[in-house]
Amino acid sequence: MALVEAIILAVLAASTPLLIAATGELVAERSGVLNLGVEGMMIVGAACGFAGAWLTGSIFIGALFGIVAGMLMSLVFALMTLGLAVNQVATGLALTILGIGLSGLIGAGFVGERITPAAHLAIPVLTDIPLIGRVLFGEDGFVYFSIALIVGVWWFLYRTRAGLILRACGDNHVSAHALGYPVLRIRTFAVMFGGACAGLAGAYLPLAYTPFFIPGMTAGRGWIALALVVFSSWRPGRLVVGAYLFGAVTILQLHAQGWGVGIPSQFMSALPYLATVIVLVLISRARTGGSTAPAALGTVFVPDR
Amino acid sequence: MRKSLLAMAVGLLLAGGVGAASAADKLKVGFVYLGPIGDLGWTYQHDQGRQALVKELGDKIETTYLENVPEGPDSERAIEQLVRAGNKLIFTTSFGYMDPTLKVAKKYPNVHFEHATGYKRNPNMSTYSAKWYQGRYIQGLIAAKMSKSGVLGYIGSFPIPEVVSGINATILAAQTINPNIKVKIIWANTWFDPGKEADAAKALIDQGADVIMQHTDSPAPMQIASERGKLAFGQDSEMIKFGPKTQLTSILDTWGPYYIERVKAELAGTWKSEDTWGGLDSHMFAMAPYTNMPDDVKKMAEDAQAAITAGKLHPFKCPIVGQDGKPIECKGGDHLDDGQILGMNFYVKGIDDKLPGK
Repeated sequence: MALVEAIILAVLAASTPLLIAATGELVAERSGVLNLGVEGMMIVGAACGFAGAWLTGSIFIGALFGIVAGMLMSLVFALMTLGLAVNQVATGLALTILGIGLSGLIGAGFVGERITPAAHLAIPVLTDIPLIGRVLFGEDGFVYFSIALIVGVWWFLYRTRAGLILRACGDNHVSAHALGYPVLRIRTFAVMFGGACAGLAGAYLPLAYTPFFIPGMTAGRGWIALALVVFSSWRPGRLVVGAYLFGAVTILQLHAQGWGVGIPSQFMSALPYLATVIVLVLISRARTGGSTAPAALGTVFVPDR
Repeated sequence: MRKSLLAMAVGLLLAGGVGAASAADKLKVGFVYLGPIGDLGWTYQHDQGRQALVKELGDKIETTYLENVPEGPDSERAIEQLVRAGNKLIFTTSFGYMDPTLKVAKKYPNVHFEHATGYKRNPNMSTYSAKWYQGRYIQGLIAAKMSKSGVLGYIGSFPIPEVVSGINATILAAQTINPNIKVKIIWANTWFDPGKEADAAKALIDQGADVIMQHTDSPAPMQIASERGKLAFGQDSEMIKFGPKTQLTSILDTWGPYYIERVKAELAGTWKSEDTWGGLDSHMFAMAPYTNMPDDVKKMAEDAQAAITAGKLHPFKCPIVGQDGKPIECKGGDHLDDGQILGMNFYVKGIDDKLPGK
C-alpha cells in the first residue's frame, strides 16, 4: 500500500510541469499562435525561479520570478511574430536556443546552491489517511495550482464569451478581425499566458522537483508539453489524460525495472511516448468531427487597415 | 516536420556554441563536451581538467570547447567544426563520440584526436579512460557494510561495458561482505536528466534500497537520498554539498594531469596514438573523503584502496561466476584481462536482473 502511494506521489510530481506548460501552450495555440519556444521559456523560468527563491528565501516569490521570466520571453516572441509578422516556427526555435543560453548565464552564479523545496500541505488527520491522504491532502502548491489552472482554462475556453472569441481568432482570424475583435491583442495575451505557464512549469523543477539549479535541467520537457498539446487535439480534458499518462508510464517503467521484469530498458524508456501517443490517438479516433487543430494555427496575420 | 525542426535546432545550438578563438602561433586545443560545464558531474570535471591545462600551459596554447553536444552522428559536425577552426589536438569526451571522432580523424590525418572511454583508435586518434571499476569495488564494500536492508539501488545510464563493469565490481565487492546482498538496477537511458534521475532514486528507495549508487551525472539522486534519510555515493565529482549526511564517498575524475601530459607531448612533437587506461595508481581518478561511516568501515575502505593502488587486489579476481552459474574464462592469469573488462557485457551471479539487450 505504501508503495502504491509512493508511486502515485511520484507520478503527480513528474506530470505537473508537463501539465502546466502544456496548458499554457494550449491557450496560445487555440488563439492561432504556434510557439515552439516552450523549452526555452521553461529553462529561463527555472533559472529565474531558482534565483528568486534563493535570493529571497521564498518559494512563492521564486515562482513569481519564473512566471515573469516566462512572460518576458514570450513577449519577445509576440513582438517578433505578431508585431513584425515573422515566421512563428523559426522564431519559436530561436526562442528555445536563446532561452537555453540565457538560462545558463542567469543560473551560472547559482549552480551548486541548494534551497529548501516547496512545502507540502499538511492537514492533521486528513493527510494521515492511508493511501489517499498524502495524495489528496499532502501535495505542494504547484500540484493543486496546476489542476485549478487546467479547470480554469477549460471553463474559460468553453463557458465564457472571451474564450469563444479567443477560439474564433485561432480558427479564422480574418472573420474575427472583420467582426471587430482585436486579433493581435488577443493573441498577444494568449502568448503571454503561455509564457507565464511555461515559466512556472520551469520554476517548478528547481523549486519543488529537484531543489537545485543546473543548466539544461528541463531536459526536453518543453518539447514533450508541445507534443501533448497536439496529441490531445487541443482539448483540455485530453491534455490532463495525456500529461498524467505520460508521467505514470515514466514512473511505472522505472519501478518495473527495479522489480527486474526483464524487458529491455531501452524499450521501457520509449514506453511513455508510445503509450501516450497511442492512447490519445485512439481517443481522437473514437470521436468523429474531423481535424480539431485551430484552422489558423501558425499562420501570420497582418490586419488590413 | 517537427523532427527535422528539432534537428535544425540542434544544428543551430552547435553553431552557436563555438567559443571565439584565435591568435597566431599558439597550439589550438579543442574539447567536445556532452553536457553543460555547470553539470557538476562528468562535463564539469573535464572542464576542470581543461582549466588545469590552461593554468599550466596557457602561454603556449589556446583552448576552445563546445558544450551540450549530443552523442551520435550530430557530433561529427561539431568535431569537424573544431578542426576547421584550426584546432590541432581535439579531445572528445564521451563514449558516444567514438565513431564520429574516428570518421573525422580519418578525414584529417594531420590533426590529433583523443577520445575518452572508447576502444577504436587510428594513427592520429588515441583513447583514454580510467579504471573506475576499482572505485566501484571500494564503494561496493562500503555499501554492503552500511546497508541495513541488504538492498542496494543502482541507477545506470546506458548498458555499455563501462557501466556494466561498474555494477559487477560493486556486487562482487558487496558479496565478500554479505553473500546475500541484493542490487536493484534502473536504467535511466540518459546521462543527464535531473528529474528522471530523481524519479529513479525515489523508485529504488520505495522498493527498499537504502544505499543509492548512480552512474548518471546530476546530483539529483544524492539529494533524494538525503531527503529520505538514506545513504548514497556521488558521481564524477564532489557532491557532498547535496548530501552532507548522505555521501559516503565519490569517484572523482581528475583529468588535468593527463591533459597536460598529452598537450606537452603535442607541443614537443612526440604525440603518438596510444591507449591509456589509468587506475588509482595513475591519478586518473581519486576517491572523495570517506564520510558518514564508522571508523572501521572507513579503515576497510582505505585498506582496499591501498591494496588496489599497490596492485595487490584486483576487483575482477578469478573465479568469477556468470549469471548462468558457469565460471567466466580467466584470460588475465588470476583475474579477468583488460579486454574482458572493457567489453564486459554480462552480469555476474547474484544480480537478479537481465542485462538489457542480452
